[in-house]
Amino acid sequence: MAAVPSRPLPAPQPSVETQPFWDAAAEGRLTIKRCGSCNEPHYPPRGRCPFCFSDATTWENSKGEGAIYSLSTMRRGPNTPYVLAYVTLDEGPAVMTNIIDCDPDTLAIGDRVEVAFTPTEGGPPVPFFKPVAR
Amino acid sequence: MTIRNKAYIAGAWEHPLRVIPDLSTPELHATCAAGALADAGLSHSDVDGYFCAGDAPGNGATNMVDYLGLKVKHLDSTETGGSSYIIHVAHAAAAIAAGKCSVALITLAGRPKSERFNAFRGGGPDEQFEWWTGYSTSNAYGMCAARHMHEYGTTSEQLAWIKVAASHHAQHNPNAMLRDVVTVEDVVNSPMIADPLHRLDCCVVSDGGGALVVVSPEIARSLSRPLVAVRGAGEAVQGHGGGRGLDLTVTATSQSAPRAFAEAGVTPADVKYASIYDSFTITVLLQLEDMGFCAKGEGGRFVADGNLIAGTGRLPFNTDGGGLCNNHPTNRGGITKVIEAVRQLRGEANAPVQVPDCDLAAVNGIGGILGLRHAAATLVLERQ
Ligand SMILES: [Zn+2]
Repeated sequence: MAAVPSRPLPAPQPSVETQPFWDAAAEGRLTIKRCGSCNEPHYPPRGRCPFCFSDATTWENSKGEGAIYSLSTMRRGPNTPYVLAYVTLDEGPAVMTNIIDCDPDTLAIGDRVEVAFTPTEGGPPVPFFKPVAR
Repeated sequence: MTIRNKAYIAGAWEHPLRVIPDLSTPELHATCAAGALADAGLSHSDVDGYFCAGDAPGNGATNMVDYLGLKVKHLDSTETGGSSYIIHVAHAAAAIAAGKCSVALITLAGRPKSERFNAFRGGGPDEQFEWWTGYSTSNAYGMCAARHMHEYGTTSEQLAWIKVAASHHAQHNPNAMLRDVVTVEDVVNSPMIADPLHRLDCCVVSDGGGALVVVSPEIARSLSRPLVAVRGAGEAVQGHGGGRGLDLTVTATSQSAPRAFAEAGVTPADVKYASIYDSFTITVLLQLEDMGFCAKGEGGRFVADGNLIAGTGRLPFNTDGGGLCNNHPTNRGGITKVIEAVRQLRGEANAPVQVPDCDLAAVNGIGGILGLRHAAATLVLERQ
């Protein structure tokens, strides 16, 4: 029983700070920011590094793979079930997302997942994740 | 510089109703203000400082000061969600210690059951990366609980004991929404809302409000109420920090509580009663660990077997029934946590749950959303 979100997904509202992220998403690329000063990656992307406050941040493609850090399946309310999760990318940052194309009852912390961009209502697609095919 | 013993909570009042169709929200603020001032033995014209948060209609404190007809010389509209009012007590104490005001009024009111509730979904910088995930409080806190279970073996049955203890207290509160005593089985057999949190792991939704009056030591001693001193306070914010080092098993309380206990010069072992924000059962467990009542990961064992029940448990908590059973006015439980601590310190709690010789209490709150970003606030209060 797959929990594919059937709920309408509101279009993200890009800002001048984040437009490149959403442009990349439209091309199917997941991007993060990396700091040119302390070399730390971060997500969600900011113009100024949250760790050392340098503005020398640059966009970087993520491989779009990682592991589930934690998850919670929403059981009540409209368009349920769906799975809210944090995924820790192999590059380091944790991403809040949904796990789709999965059986929520067998999904577990530590499971490997990969990005699966999902359309929104009139905006760029959002980075959901799905289990890595074994 | 410290706020220790520089300010006293002289007035505390909670609206007795849980559905309030016949008052407007600003009117409910005014009603609560009048209640707290009467409790203190002070009048409207004595107020020279005013504190409110995001539940107050209008532009910060400006609209409410005008609406309430106050003449104040100090304002604070610090907004951190449900923990705001705990922070307001600390900020009021600091303002009083600095001579900025001497009678500070704090109000909260709202009516999510009686009017369309405008939850703040508010335009934070990361909202465009979060809104479409379908997060809510229940599944965000669900992720925290799932991770705590994964790392420490915490069980749903252990979490359920927190609700069970709250229900034991609520049976003695005639104003509580849920007065039936529940069992661990009742909790774990209630419908799943967001794994692993069941319906009875969640707090109630209620109309309501409350107010506090914080005063200078000179004014406190001139009044006839028991002396409830602010001995220490701490506050802190925690988010997911750019995605680095995410740890959903720790809250900002791990920073705010040590600050408060250090300022107060006491330890968790000295605390006779604790008011702990209980939006969900897991919220309580994480705060108990982060306040130092038990080690990280030991919360499940700490809360089990009725250990939070007044009269029998090691640490009586939320003796009014808390947000889990009593009320959660306008989805912000901070002020009622302070009010019940004041009742305990005055010896005015409901008799079956009054902690004997209760002279030191701790209050802790979480505002915002655990798992996304939140502000924790801690108070140490003492009867003198
Ligand atoms: Zn940096």
